[in-house]
Amino acid sequence: MTAPLLEIENLRTWFYTDSGVARSVDGVSLHVDHGETLGVVGESGCGKSVTALSILRLIRAPGRIEAGSAIRFEGKDLLTLAERDIQHVRGNRIAMVFQEPMTALNPVFTVGDQIAEVARIHAGMSRRDAWEKAVEMLRLVGIPAPEQRAHEYPHQLSGGMRQRVVIAMALVMNPALVIADEPTTALDVTIQAQILELLADLTKRFGTSILLITHDLGVVAENCARVIVMYAGQVVEEATTAELFSHPHHPYTEGLLGAMPRVGGNAERLATIPGTVPSPTAWPDGCRFRERCMYAWERCAKEHPPLYQIGAGHVSRCHLAVEPERRSQPHLPVAAQQGVTAA
Amino acid sequence: MTSKSPAGAGIAAPTVRRRLRGDRRVWIALGVLAAIVLTAVFAPLLAPYDPRAQLDIAHLQSQPPSLAHPLGTDTFSRDVLSRLIYGTRVSLAVALVAVSISITFGTLLGAVAGYVGGAIDAVLMRFVDAAFSIPTLLLLIVVIALWGDISVVSLTLLIAGVGWFTVSRLVRAETLAVRDADYVVAARALGVPGWRILGWHVLPNAIGPAIVSATLAVGNVILLEAGLSYLGIGVRPPTPSWGNIIEEGATRVSDVWWLTLFPGLAILVTVFACNALGDALRDALDPRQLLPAHDDAPFA
Amino acid sequence: MRRYLAARLLQAIGVVAFVTTFAFVVVHLAPGDPIASALARPNITEAVREQWRVAYGLDRPVSEQYVRWVVNAARGNLGYSFSHRRPVRDVFADAMPNTLLLSGLGLVLSFAIGIMVGLLQAERPGGRRDRWLGRILLVLYSVPDFWLALVVLILFAYRLPLFPPGGMTDSVMYEYLSPGAKFLDRIKHLVLPVLTLAVLTAAGIARFQRGALLAVLPSDWMRTALAKGLSWQAAVRHHAFRNALLPTITLFGLSIPAFATGAIFVEKVFSWPGMGLIVVNGIAARDYPLVTAGVMVMSVLVAGCALVADIAVAAADPRIRLG
Repeated sequence: MTAPLLEIENLRTWFYTDSGVARSVDGVSLHVDHGETLGVVGESGCGKSVTALSILRLIRAPGRIEAGSAIRFEGKDLLTLAERDIQHVRGNRIAMVFQEPMTALNPVFTVGDQIAEVARIHAGMSRRDAWEKAVEMLRLVGIPAPEQRAHEYPHQLSGGMRQRVVIAMALVMNPALVIADEPTTALDVTIQAQILELLADLTKRFGTSILLITHDLGVVAENCARVIVMYAGQVVEEATTAELFSHPHHPYTEGLLGAMPRVGGNAERLATIPGTVPSPTAWPDGCRFRERCMYAWERCAKEHPPLYQIGAGHVSRCHLAVEPERRSQPHLPVAAQQGVTAA
Repeated sequence: MTSKSPAGAGIAAPTVRRRLRGDRRVWIALGVLAAIVLTAVFAPLLAPYDPRAQLDIAHLQSQPPSLAHPLGTDTFSRDVLSRLIYGTRVSLAVALVAVSISITFGTLLGAVAGYVGGAIDAVLMRFVDAAFSIPTLLLLIVVIALWGDISVVSLTLLIAGVGWFTVSRLVRAETLAVRDADYVVAARALGVPGWRILGWHVLPNAIGPAIVSATLAVGNVILLEAGLSYLGIGVRPPTPSWGNIIEEGATRVSDVWWLTLFPGLAILVTVFACNALGDALRDALDPRQLLPAHDDAPFA
Repeated sequence: MRRYLAARLLQAIGVVAFVTTFAFVVVHLAPGDPIASALARPNITEAVREQWRVAYGLDRPVSEQYVRWVVNAARGNLGYSFSHRRPVRDVFADAMPNTLLLSGLGLVLSFAIGIMVGLLQAERPGGRRDRWLGRILLVLYSVPDFWLALVVLILFAYRLPLFPPGGMTDSVMYEYLSPGAKFLDRIKHLVLPVLTLAVLTAAGIARFQRGALLAVLPSDWMRTALAKGLSWQAAVRHHAFRNALLPTITLFGLSIPAFATGAIFVEKVFSWPGMGLIVVNGIAARDYPLVTAGVMVMSVLVAGCALVADIAVAAADPRIRLG
């Protein structure tokens, strides 16, 4: 069993704000193997984006990565590296693709320049060589007439093309890991498929690992071998994609799957999970999902569940693992009783 | 972004108040300004001599600072300290009155223009744009020079008359931002009259920038009045103002340096306090500009 | 882009028209009439004054006077200066290059300083460097223009006689100096006024630049730049700076009025024979034609510079340039 490419251990990223300490990422551990695509799923506010930014240490004040966290990559703990060394990793060994291509690109520089910049910084290429490399990358991501396009500015390209540019920028140095933070959320559905296909194709070609962050389970189903479900700043379930879809364990995962629109499925209303995510400044005691859970019982209020082993490579943060009989006693979640419903 | 609801809007919002209370600059600036206002109010009690009394034209003319006259005497053997203290009254009065008038006028005009829009707005904005192209000082120079000796009151009104452009633009921008907000549209649909919408929804949000503008404007007007007095067309002697004390010493500036130094320091301190306060107010309203300090790499 | 240019040009013409009209209106609304004050000496009879009035067309209806004013101004005939006994245009022709030299150098220097200081501040906002620079800038920003000039004059020309106390050239010796010494003499006379002017306006520019940079620092593309492996400093100096430069170019246009004003005071204090000094002396001499024409010319120049600045911004911002 080879060592994983990336290993995050007990990551805690907290934000010290006027209204309290927001524990956005509160003890997350995960790993990404060589050449695999790992999906991270969760709704807004669960901490998945913050996790991604923490890997590259792009967390700005008032946020801080707490002591006791470790992120191991290619034999080093990224959190202990000097600033100069982490700069060497960013864009070079680990690259990031952001959600909003329009704002992710600098409006006053040409797309060619912005791609070439990566080559100039990390490979020390001359302006001309870097430019040629930029054109080559544009061609690689499927942009027609790349020589002309390279001279254009971001606002002159369509949304899908901009995202291709962002991907090109990420892949210039052939990184070992690409972190894609909701890369298709801002795009049309038809373009979404193209972009994901592009990513899958390129990573297969170069053996790149991808950490694919999304709130869309459909995306996960198509593209990821393994999935992590996050809720309230923590991992609540981890399994292979097949296993997760066929045998979900955590009630939150069940809820997410139930909420997925499915072609040919029930014509009735989509199941929603009642209640909302609690505030990161005040995570509840015990299980953080209990107010919205239809199986919760007294233990869930008192004891914060650890990650229980469910099967091979399948863990779940739920007491149902040790008291599975409770699953046959569903009830209305507390949040629904109080009349609070939300998506 | 400023809060957009009437209750706790803009400058009255609790978070804004909290930031202001915690900002040291605010207290120091307010303290300085309070001291200056008190000096102006209690001038007769504080000044050792009558500012217009020519004490001894034979022996006390243009004397450097001494125990009897801590800031020296001027070319008419008047005590500079007393003139400086009384000058506070004039300089402050001109600034406060002029700014009050121009801010009020500019706010109303900007709000109405932004809200009503159409021809009124277009005409107003063209006018303001054109007026911006004439530097204020030049404008005032021309008008005052042509109209001859004008009283302090006229001077104040004149300064007010050219000082409302910036704030009207600011308020107009705020008004435009709020005008299309959902709750305003709803209010209009409910038939709430325009002036009520202006007063209840628009103005609370616009007050913040207007107050920042006003605070900074007080400093600017003090500088303006001093400049005009220095050029001889502001407040005329024997009425003392900080600017005209400097003007009296301008011809022999190296010999009678105390006539230049002390009034200038007074101006500097006052305007500095105004600017510091204005900055603090602006930061409290829009804290994006104020990021927490980080002594090493700005990232975790 | 073309449409923007056309609109902007139209606006500039409107401003010029406004300024011209304004100058005219102000003169004619003033109490008394210019001739009476200018020729207020007792030995000039009313008949002579009347002659002047007719010569100036002051007996014609106001509308006709206005037309003549505009036509004259367009032709470059700006009237006759009483105090200089020369056409106003000639007086300006002599003074303008001096002001342009002073203001031009001051402008360049103040922007260079201001932009650099603003950048230094924004690199680590809230840090010690930022706070201290901020305090110094605030002091400079609060200082009266003329007072700083006076203090500089006292300190560096009188107390420490390092530089000459005024004028453009040595009033006595200049003609007899060698070309090299002449050049040096000019430089020596330039130092204090240019530095004073530059420092005064640099404060405002630095504050603005800092604000502009801080406004773009939270942008997503800054995060992208860092994710690509740039250091914070490199990201600020390359990416943020280029974006924050756009509003600074606009500031260039907006700060021209401040320069015009600052130049007036600096010229007076340092006896620099430029437009500012001419106008100020004209005020004392009640030379109305000179003063009004001076204000008009300066305003038109200001408007012209603002136009250039706006066009420069439009050219520099690819979003506008390539629509």
